[in-house]
Amino acid sequence: MAEERSTAYDSKIEGNVIFTRLDAAFNWVRKNSLWPMPMGLACCAIELMATAASRFDIARFGAEVMRFSPRQCDVMIVAGTVTYKMALAVKRIYEQMPDPKWVIAMGACASTGGMYRSYAVLQGIDQLLPVDVYISGCPPRPEALLAGLMKLQEKISREKSFAAQKPELTKKLAGVNT
Amino acid sequence: MTGADLLESVAKLFGPKLHAKAEFRGETTYAIASTDLREIAKLCRDDLSFDYLIDITSIDNFGVDPRFEIVYELYSMTLAVHLRLKMKIGEDETPDTVSDIWPTANWHEREIYDMMGIKFKGHPDLRRILMWDGYPFFPLRKEFPLEGLPSEMPDVAFTKSAPLEGGPFVTQPSTAITKFREPRARPPEL
Repeated sequence: MAEERSTAYDSKIEGNVIFTRLDAAFNWVRKNSLWPMPMGLACCAIELMATAASRFDIARFGAEVMRFSPRQCDVMIVAGTVTYKMALAVKRIYEQMPDPKWVIAMGACASTGGMYRSYAVLQGIDQLLPVDVYISGCPPRPEALLAGLMKLQEKISREKSFAAQKPELTKKLAGVNT
Repeated sequence: MTGADLLESVAKLFGPKLHAKAEFRGETTYAIASTDLREIAKLCRDDLSFDYLIDITSIDNFGVDPRFEIVYELYSMTLAVHLRLKMKIGEDETPDTVSDIWPTANWHEREIYDMMGIKFKGHPDLRRILMWDGYPFFPLRKEFPLEGLPSEMPDVAFTKSAPLEGGPFVTQPSTAITKFREPRARPPEL
């Protein structure tokens, strides 16, 4: 009969083992390394750049890797006025991003069309994309963007990542447990 | 030659083709007929040193005949003189292009076509410039509603009407606080 051993007190691997839930581990990795797609369309993009620069330093939240290829991005920051001419291009870029992906609507225009109640402007990017976090302001200050980013991190940490990743396996495991 | 001399020779050269002279803050405005446009434009550039076309704009005087008005803003770089030419255009008229005289007019005329639907005769490439090809409306015409109209071009673009709810940024003179002067929603009868 094999000797029963507790992993944590095994002197050979002690200190190298962490007990956690799979979801928590996934989410911890995801939320602390969000690579943004800077969808800069208007003056909000200036604040986005300020957020990335040294004074506000978005790197403190692990989101400093602005990628200009959607295929390397996790979160699309829609910063600015989305015109109808640009709208389908934004959607297409979003569709090119690999899962899992999130969207931040930065500022009044991206959230609702803002002051542009007109024939040329899409009245909120949420008509085309599923938005996770809306940030108010015209444009929002960098602190507001960082607060929005932290809100998104909170949201990610509550996600059921494993179930989303492996739905079949989750079902099977649930069946075993009951 | 000074700026005043230049304006004098404009008046002398074109004489009866210039109407309704107006002066405002040192800028001279003339009304011209659309048939004289190309002749005046050519002479203005070649002989009268108006080498710079600042802008072309258009006005929709909805309900007035002729309906449209096109405004040419000319400038002489050498003598620092501004000259404005206004030209009335009926709804079905097609004014001549000046894009071969001042190449910058190419895009200005495209914009006027895009926003007002005025077509320019002889323009080398009269496509829309701001809206996409196939957009069915001319948005700066007076009959076009401020909130826009729905349209659909699969894979290119779509538009919807914007929710105006009584009008954006419409304020009414009163001593009330902003919340009541500029409500988010106002009944249409007001």
